[in-house]
Order: sequence, then C-alpha cells, then structure tokens
Amino acid sequence: MSVEDGKLTVEVWRGAGGLGRFETFEVPRQESQTVLDVVSWIQQYADPTLTYRYACRVGMCGSCAMMVNGVPRWTCRTHVGKVATGDSLTVEPLRNLPVIKDLAADMDPFFDKWVQAEAVHHPSETRHDPMRAVDADSSARQQANAGIECINCAVCYAACDTVSGNPDYLGPAALQRAWTLYNDEREADPEAILDAVSGVGGCHNCHSMGSCAQYCPNELNPLAAIAGLKRETAKRVFRRRKNA
Amino acid sequence: MKAPPRAHPLWLAFVLHRVSGLALALFLPVHFWILAKAVTAPGELNSFLQLTEQPLVKLAEFGLVFLLAVHLFGGLRLLALEWLPWSDAQKTLAAGAVGVAVLVSGTFFLNAI
Ligand code: HEM
Ligand code: SF4
Ligand code: SF4
Ligand code: FES
Repeated sequence: MSVEDGKLTVEVWRGAGGLGRFETFEVPRQESQTVLDVVSWIQQYADPTLTYRYACRVGMCGSCAMMVNGVPRWTCRTHVGKVATGDSLTVEPLRNLPVIKDLAADMDPFFDKWVQAEAVHHPSETRHDPMRAVDADSSARQQANAGIECINCAVCYAACDTVSGNPDYLGPAALQRAWTLYNDEREADPEAILDAVSGVGGCHNCHSMGSCAQYCPNELNPLAAIAGLKRETAKRVFRRRKNA
Repeated sequence: MKAPPRAHPLWLAFVLHRVSGLALALFLPVHFWILAKAVTAPGELNSFLQLTEQPLVKLAEFGLVFLLAVHLFGGLRLLALEWLPWSDAQKTLAAGAVGVAVLVSGTFFLNAI
C-alpha cells in the first residue's frame, strides 16, 4: 500500500468527565503524518467539535500528550507509521488524569502537585544583585542538568502505576523538578523541598518500576531523580539524629 | 483505561519482587511454625520431615529457596539502584560482575555439598 492512497481507521475517545465511548473516523494517510496531524484532520474535516490540546507542534510545549494505542506519547512528534497497528490507531486522553472533554485531560492535579512538591524556585537573591556564576562542572549542577529538559507533558505521570494506585502520590515529573531545584545552587530553601517530598505522597512511594523513564519522550530519568530525593531525605534523618 | 505495556525490565523486576515478597510473607509463618515443633512436638516434626522426602514437597522447597533468592537479590538490586548514585553503565557493569560472581561461587558451593 502506498502511503498516499491509504486510509487510517482511528478510534477516538469522545466524552466528558468520566463518561464516554469510542468513535471511529476514517482519515487519509499521508507521508510523515504525526498522530497530532490525524487528530487535527478529524477536527478540521470530520467533526469540528472534537476537543484536544496542542500548541508548539515541535515537542517543546508539552501540551499534546495522549494515549496512542494505549501508550502515553507526545502526539506532535509521534509518527503514525511508527505506532499504527496495521491501518488502525486508538487515541485516548492521558491516563491518571480527569478528562475535561474528548482528548483533553485536566492537567490541574498534575500541576498542583508540582507546587505541593515545592518544585518552585525559592530565590536566594534579588534582581538587583549581580548574577551568580554557576559552576557547570559541579556534580550538583550535573544532577540538576539531567532533569532540566522536562516539558511538563505528563507522559511519565500517565505511565506510572504508583500514580494510578495512590491519588496522593506527587508523581515522577513533580519530584524530578523538586530534585532539579534541590541541586540548584541558587535555591534558597532546599530543606523546604525535602520536607515537601518526604510526606505521605512523597518520593518514598516510588517502587522504582521505571515506567516514567521508559516513556518520557525526552528520555529523562525521573526514577534516578527520585532515588536522589530518597537518599537525601534518608540522610537527613541521620543528620538530625546527630544534631539532636 | 488500559495501562501502557509494562514488559520492560524494571517493571518486571518490580512484579517479581512483589510476588516473591508476598509469597514469602505467606509461607514464612508456616515455616517457623513447623520448625518450632522441634521444641514443642518433636514427634510431629519427624513425621513431617518424612513428608519432605516426596518429590512434590522437594519441588516446593526449591520454590521457597528460589523465592528467597529472587527477593534477596531483587532487594539488593533496589538498594543499589536507589542508594548508589552511579551512572547506568557503572550499574550494568556492577550487576554483571555480581552475576558472574554468584555463578562462579554457586558452582563451587554446589560442588562442595
Ligand atoms: C532477604 C532479605 C530481604 C531483602 C534484602 C529485602 C528487600 C526488600 C526491599 C528493598 C523492598 C522494597 C521494594 C519496593 O520498594 O518496591 C522489599 C519489599 C517487600 N518485601 Fe522484602 N526483603 C527481604 C526479605 C523479605 C522477607 C523474608 C519477606 C517476607 C516476609 C519480604 C517481604 C516483602 C514484601 C511483601 C515487600 C513489598 C513488595 C512491594 O512493595 O512491592 N521481604 N523487600
Ligand atoms: S519509577 Fe517511581 S515514579 Fe517512575 S513510574 Fe515507577 S513508581 Fe512511578
Ligand atoms: S519527565 Fe519527561 S515525561 Fe515527564 S513531564 Fe517531563 S518531559 Fe514529560
Ligand atoms: S504540541 Fe507542543 S509538545 Fe506537542
């Protein structure tokens, strides 16, 4: 079959809140077609009421993630040819998040957890101070650099079985960002970060099953970052004992 | 919603660890209860030990040792993974070295007994 005259049978999740069903669309096959192209084609030529989310189309903004044939993926950089089973494709909203409508998941719980994890920069200086030089070779900086390319797409969050099992679990992305900031020499309050990640939904819930690292489209390794938090929170217990 | 495919090594290791841990938790109380009979009721223990000569029970014993080994090494794997901030290449090397060491020493051990 040449790609140009082929058809794709696409099952798309339709519905709002917890209710919904699959709807089937026939979409023309194209060269170098991405899953986001397919979804956009449906919305533009078949059903304008289809709801989905995207912005950059080049893997920068992290807004286009969906379940494609059961796998969480950034749809703008996922080629149909690589993931379609024969001529069929199933597209659903991201797992582990509430659904607003159709393919648009509600990202609020995901981002609320970034704040709960204190994965927010606590400035140590003001804009009037001179810029601090950052030592690019320090081991802390390398730890931070390892997670800095996160685009907040929630693919890891959708892949993580610990998130499905425990709604309070902060999840791989928020914890990874907390670890990045903890290792940032400009961070003013690393202790607050450790407090936030050692609670009920914190880093010690992680079972190191590595689905986050398996599916992260940027090939980041939240599992390693969470292991770092586990070490630092555990070491702190002994530090406190000694100082008590 | 269907979960994504989980057939990647770390997830399989997790399942193996959980299943072996739970099986151990179920089995160990029985194990200790039987052993305790050495003190409280030696006769009963003896008749039970005769049972262990049967192939099926032998197989079950192998299963227990296997579970313990799997869980022990799985646990050590987790401890290394989380506590030693090594690079992935270093971890692969270390795991390989441990694997070879277990194989070599295990062969010697089996020869010895
Ligand atoms: C022999 C030495 C042992 C070591 C080194 C060890 C190590 C570990 C570690 C590191 C975990 C955490 C796994 C995780 O975070 O998912 C764990 C979990 C567990 N262990 Fe062990 N363990 C040992 C013996 C035992 C025994 C004797 C039992 C049975 C009573 C047992 C039952 C469990 C159970 C039920 C879990 C929970 C599994 C899970 O969370 O997935 N362990 N073990
Ligand atoms: S390693 Fe931890 S955070 Fe990553 S998928 Fe597993 S449980 Fe979730
Ligand atoms: S860690 Fe990877 S999968 Fe998770 S939100 Fe960041 S970029 Fe997406
Ligand atoms: S649309 Fe921005 S990452 Fe896909």
